[in-house]
Amino acid sequence: MWTSILIAVVVLLALAVVFGGLLGFAAERFRVEGNPLVDQIDSLLPQTQCGQCGYPGCRPYAESIANGGPINKCPPGGETTIKALADLLDVEPEPLDAEHGVEQAKRVAVIREDECIGCTKCIQACPVDAILGAAKHMHTVIESECTGCDLCVEPCPVDCIDMVTLEPDIRSWTWTPPTSGVIATDRQGAGV
Amino acid sequence: MTEYLLILVSTILVNNFVLVQFLGLCPFMGVSGKLETAMGMSLATTFVLTLASVCSYLAYTYLLEPLDLAFLRTITFILVIAVVVQFTEMVVRKTSPLLYRVLGIFLPLITTNCAVLGVALLNINKNNNFVESVLYGFGAAAGFSLVLVLFAAMRERIAVADVPVAFRGAAIGMVTAGLMSLAFLGFTGLVSV
Repeated sequence: MWTSILIAVVVLLALAVVFGGLLGFAAERFRVEGNPLVDQIDSLLPQTQCGQCGYPGCRPYAESIANGGPINKCPPGGETTIKALADLLDVEPEPLDAEHGVEQAKRVAVIREDECIGCTKCIQACPVDAILGAAKHMHTVIESECTGCDLCVEPCPVDCIDMVTLEPDIRSWTWTPPTSGVIATDRQGAGV
Repeated sequence: MTEYLLILVSTILVNNFVLVQFLGLCPFMGVSGKLETAMGMSLATTFVLTLASVCSYLAYTYLLEPLDLAFLRTITFILVIAVVVQFTEMVVRKTSPLLYRVLGIFLPLITTNCAVLGVALLNINKNNNFVESVLYGFGAAAGFSLVLVLFAAMRERIAVADVPVAFRGAAIGMVTAGLMSLAFLGFTGLVSV
């Protein structure tokens, strides 16, 4: 009785080990090399998934850049993103393509909650699921999840969504860059 | 030779796994929305079913039976099927990214396709030998593919037909599947196995 149980356990264990080894080998043998460049580019994009670049999200845009597409189509990323992309791809930075929008300070959507009728249209429009609510109940925006992509403003039938510019807090505040001409040699250089 | 032919005819038409034995209904309803996906799913299932049928036959005959462990067959077959599906997924992902994207979630779901386990267990019940197991698995898969593709073609037409509101979607799909099943019952008596 005990030996048969033992045999059963050992046989199953051996089978599992053999199959596990086989799968491990196959995972190594049939490994798919994703394009590492796409991952790198994707990590530089702001992940707003707003579609202002004309692609259905940040990853498709990253794929298009990896295939040699223009790098200046991302308004939420703005100058910073273009510079980072130019560094990564070793190309000249270009000014933002105005056709796709202009760079704005970081904004978040805010729902005027007493005016919300609970139609869920903004929830469906939100690419990052940052809006909370249910049908016929008030909706609200999770501020930390909102990427400020504007996509929820258009569908709202009562226009109760505002885009509010975020005041810089202790984490987002940066030094204002010095105006040129502070250093004496720069002024001389400009004159030459 | 005739008996092999009989096995094929029996599994494809007379004892069709989906419409007569009612195994593997979930992918039958789930993947039949578009002809293209249905064909991809048929291909993947055919490959997995045949391979799983062979592998589980081998595992049973050369491992479980000599050791007197026939009671472990269900769990062993599930293990075998899971491994075969995983393996297929890796190969498909490597060789055909397009097919991989078309099949999506349905490829791993073959693991829980009851037709696959059903074939493995029925092979043992019917005392099939090696060649018969291969044919039985392949025939079951071919039958599955046949009705899946036929059903998908019908559903594409139903999608644009003027169906009463209460019957739209899954309901008319179920009704259609029932009618197909009735039609396939007509094959009973074609051959007797």
